[in-house]
Amino acid sequence: MSEANAIEALGLTKVFGSGADEVTALNQVSLEIRQNEFFTLLGPSGCGKTTLLRLIAGFEMPTAGDILLNGQSVVDLAPNERPVNTVFQSYALFPHMSVADNVAFGLEMRGIGKAEVASTVEEMLSLVQLDHLASRRPAQLSGGQQQRVALARALANHPQVLLLDEPLSALDLKLRQGMRSELKALQQRTGITFVFVTHDQEEALTMSDRIAVMSHGEVQQLGGPTDIYEQPMNRFVADFIGDTNFVMAEVLARENGLLRCRGDGGLEVLASAAGDPAPGDRVTLAIRPEKVQLSAEGHGAEVAEATYLGTDTSYQLRLAEDLALDVRVQNRMDGGTAFEPGQSVAISVPPGAARALLD
Amino acid sequence: MADAVQSLGRSTDLDAVARVTAAKARVARRALRARWGLVAPALLVIGIFGIAPLLITIVYSFLEAATYGGVIWNFSTEAYVQFLFEEDIFDETLHFSWAYPQIFGRSILLALVTTIFCLLVGFPTAYFMATRPPGQRTLWLFLITLPFWTNLLIRTYAMFIILRDEGLVNNGLIWVGFISEPLRLLHTDFAVALGLMYSFLPFMVLPLYAALEKMDFRLVEAGYDLYADRWQVLRKVVIPLAKPGIVAGCILVFIPSIGAYVTPLLLGGGKELMIGNLIALQFGNARNWPFGCAAALILLAMVLVALLYYVRSTGAKQGLGHG
Repeated sequence: MSEANAIEALGLTKVFGSGADEVTALNQVSLEIRQNEFFTLLGPSGCGKTTLLRLIAGFEMPTAGDILLNGQSVVDLAPNERPVNTVFQSYALFPHMSVADNVAFGLEMRGIGKAEVASTVEEMLSLVQLDHLASRRPAQLSGGQQQRVALARALANHPQVLLLDEPLSALDLKLRQGMRSELKALQQRTGITFVFVTHDQEEALTMSDRIAVMSHGEVQQLGGPTDIYEQPMNRFVADFIGDTNFVMAEVLARENGLLRCRGDGGLEVLASAAGDPAPGDRVTLAIRPEKVQLSAEGHGAEVAEATYLGTDTSYQLRLAEDLALDVRVQNRMDGGTAFEPGQSVAISVPPGAARALLD
Repeated sequence: MADAVQSLGRSTDLDAVARVTAAKARVARRALRARWGLVAPALLVIGIFGIAPLLITIVYSFLEAATYGGVIWNFSTEAYVQFLFEEDIFDETLHFSWAYPQIFGRSILLALVTTIFCLLVGFPTAYFMATRPPGQRTLWLFLITLPFWTNLLIRTYAMFIILRDEGLVNNGLIWVGFISEPLRLLHTDFAVALGLMYSFLPFMVLPLYAALEKMDFRLVEAGYDLYADRWQVLRKVVIPLAKPGIVAGCILVFIPSIGAYVTPLLLGGGKELMIGNLIALQFGNARNWPFGCAAALILLAMVLVALLYYVRSTGAKQGLGHG
């Protein structure tokens, strides 16, 4: 029992509408969310991440498949019978109740005694540093404060799993960045499993233990932030997470677990492989802009454009007639080597820095 | 020379000040005229259609009744006395009489029952409408307002036909075999309440729909998420949020119900009076205009007191919540 996964989705399928309007929001999704982890569902809008969250919460019924919570199937339970709580995208705070009453709501509905409710509410409000605003109405709070009330309201019930539906999307950038570390700290302090839905890859990379990248109702890749970023399994993941150059290439040979590939424009690299491409196959090389090294001594590419970004400089290189490459170089203290537009440069990609993708 | 220049300078200063002051005054006058001009139509309407009739009613209620209708211009509180006391025909002493207060009581009771049943039927209806896809809602709104296309009198007659001894309900029940003799439905309080409910139900549904349609249904989900069952979600989330609509609907149903005239006349048979019929009677057969005016004003006062009480009680609660 203790080592059962917090959540297990087994072949979850959700189809909305019928006939010509039929939309498959989730297609045979199976995944495991471990105990006490910060798990993120990441994907563009319409990828099915929110549907998956709503299925776990119980707001939607799956068309097919099963959901296990700590090893127990919950598909037949109503939302109010599931030991999970949700932080809604727009917070969904009850406007006719005070902050304290909002936080107390779940406890009162479960019939917990007045004294315990009062002490839990106090504890939760101090956890999110809002004790001084307990008697305010939600409308009298700022967005960030409402966000914290929503968190306190959900956490007050000590749920086995906390579901967060894009909780930071309504906040401005500065606040959002602050809340990221706060959320992560809160998760570690409470030890509650967090399932976090977002379309913001930076949020996902900075907070998560593991990330499921979703698109078109399917999980494209599941892994830790570094896996997702460094070893994308397909073109969608490589494209969605961070900036990437895509170069079509042909596999020449296997060398020490890497693939020697020759890309269009004559670029030759040793790439790590997603899947099992064989020599002679056509692959797509995914090359992160910051992994490419430039040197003034050599030829092969021409600087088309240089954009100063503060910490970095972004260069647009032209390799061949129709092949461009984005490269980022950190600006060192001494100014480093600043390349000028029109200058000829040599490119090198360290072994394993490029990724060969089959699709 | 220098003095002259200086005085000249000062005088031009003064001229300028005077000009500015005059201009300011002109602007102020124009603004005032514009303001009165804009307010005038509203004042005119309120005066002619609101205040003047009310004043006439108040004045008439303190006059003596003329034998064949109309009033005699002598101050008298007879109309108000008559409401509570009955004059003994023989010794002309006054005895307290329940007759008129009873009619008022009946009216209030019928209006309350009507309001409550309108709320009980109207709330689920409005909730259903508000939870349809936006495109369908327009259709439902249209259907709700459809009865307004026909005259109230005609609709009440239709109800009359449905409820009478050989009507749809009785014939149907006999045909099915539930009863062997027609039930007495017409000319009962039940018929009056049913007729009032039928007439005023849209006034309940529409404000309720407006309130529920604005409601954020994620709050309902949040309620479920926080372990509330359906009943608790309704009681703790939906009803408090729909409260403005509930209040507006109740007021819109209660007030016309309490003063209803056509429905009790047709469906109640005019046998048991409601306030509306009592007032109408004073201007017709009874030829007692002052008493009719007094009855109307007593009704007005009661409605006003009920509304004020409501406004005070909800206003106080809201203030408390904010504190």
